[in-house]
Amino acid sequence: MPAVEKKIGGAKNGGSRKVETDKGPKFYAADDISPLASTGKSGKRNPAREAKSKGIAKLRSSITPGTVLILLAGRFRGRRAVFLKQLAKGLLLVSGPYCVNGIPLRRVNQAYCIATSTKVDVGGVDCKKFDDAYFAKPVTKKVKKDGKDFLKEDAKASTGPSEARAADQKAVDDAMMMGIQKVPMLAAYLKSRFSLSKGDKPHLMKY
Amino acid sequence: MSFKRHVEIGRVCLISFGPDMDKLCTVVNVIDNNRVLVDGPEPVTGVHRHAINIGRLQLTDLKVKCKLNASEKELKAVWTSDGIMAKWEETSQGKKRKVRAMRASTNDFERFQIQVAKSKRSAIRKSK
Repeated sequence: MPAVEKKIGGAKNGGSRKVETDKGPKFYAADDISPLASTGKSGKRNPAREAKSKGIAKLRSSITPGTVLILLAGRFRGRRAVFLKQLAKGLLLVSGPYCVNGIPLRRVNQAYCIATSTKVDVGGVDCKKFDDAYFAKPVTKKVKKDGKDFLKEDAKASTGPSEARAADQKAVDDAMMMGIQKVPMLAAYLKSRFSLSKGDKPHLMKY
Repeated sequence: MSFKRHVEIGRVCLISFGPDMDKLCTVVNVIDNNRVLVDGPEPVTGVHRHAINIGRLQLTDLKVKCKLNASEKELKAVWTSDGIMAKWEETSQGKKRKVRAMRASTNDFERFQIQVAKSKRSAIRKSK
């Protein structure tokens, strides 16, 4: 606080006194304002606060690129997959890789996976092109049928992955295999499924 | 049948309950029917000098030569000169506990490797 020294009269008053020039606000806000508020006095944005308000999960510290995850929900529950990166919406980008255990490039919720301490070297994997839009469902317009075609079957388009997707998957798989093949038994490990057996205590086990 | 292990000065015990669980200690003095004064000694086993209920102690076959109310310093000298820790690890219980601790510290990948090794072993056994 800036202060000015002022002379004070009277023998017993010590001669001078420091007086603050900035008196501060007249009123205090009734509510506590978090120092993490999205825009403070300086007008700077706080990304951590914004992410929280949007409900974007913070990445668990045990998950870093290359971490082997055990998936707990969905079609691939019980399978092990490798974490590549976190996407903007907070979901995790994983890949089996596909050529090892059949898990394609896929988004998973980190709440539904166990992070293991095993890491795969994914330094050579380029996953810049993958974002939430990449995985979005293509929007198809509904065609209104008239009376004639009502009973006609729609010509069904192929539901398999597009060639571009397959090529992307292959590129990622090849880069991942470089790291996987360095460690003996790692490919077999990724191929195997996780399960609990008699007497296993999942809360006491180390992953 | 007479008892082979006694609550006596110098008896090495395993603590089976409480914050010092699974650690070894030495009986230094007997306080009453239920409690004894134990000391690790702390630099060796990690158990500081304190009174403990006998119900929390599991007596072992090991015994060290020490005086009544032996100091931590004296105990440490006896433990290191007699190699009590090494002797403990050679007992069947010491071995068993070590293996159990090792098994508990394995991670997911290591458990998988053990599983594969086990199935290989059993395949060899079957073929013989």
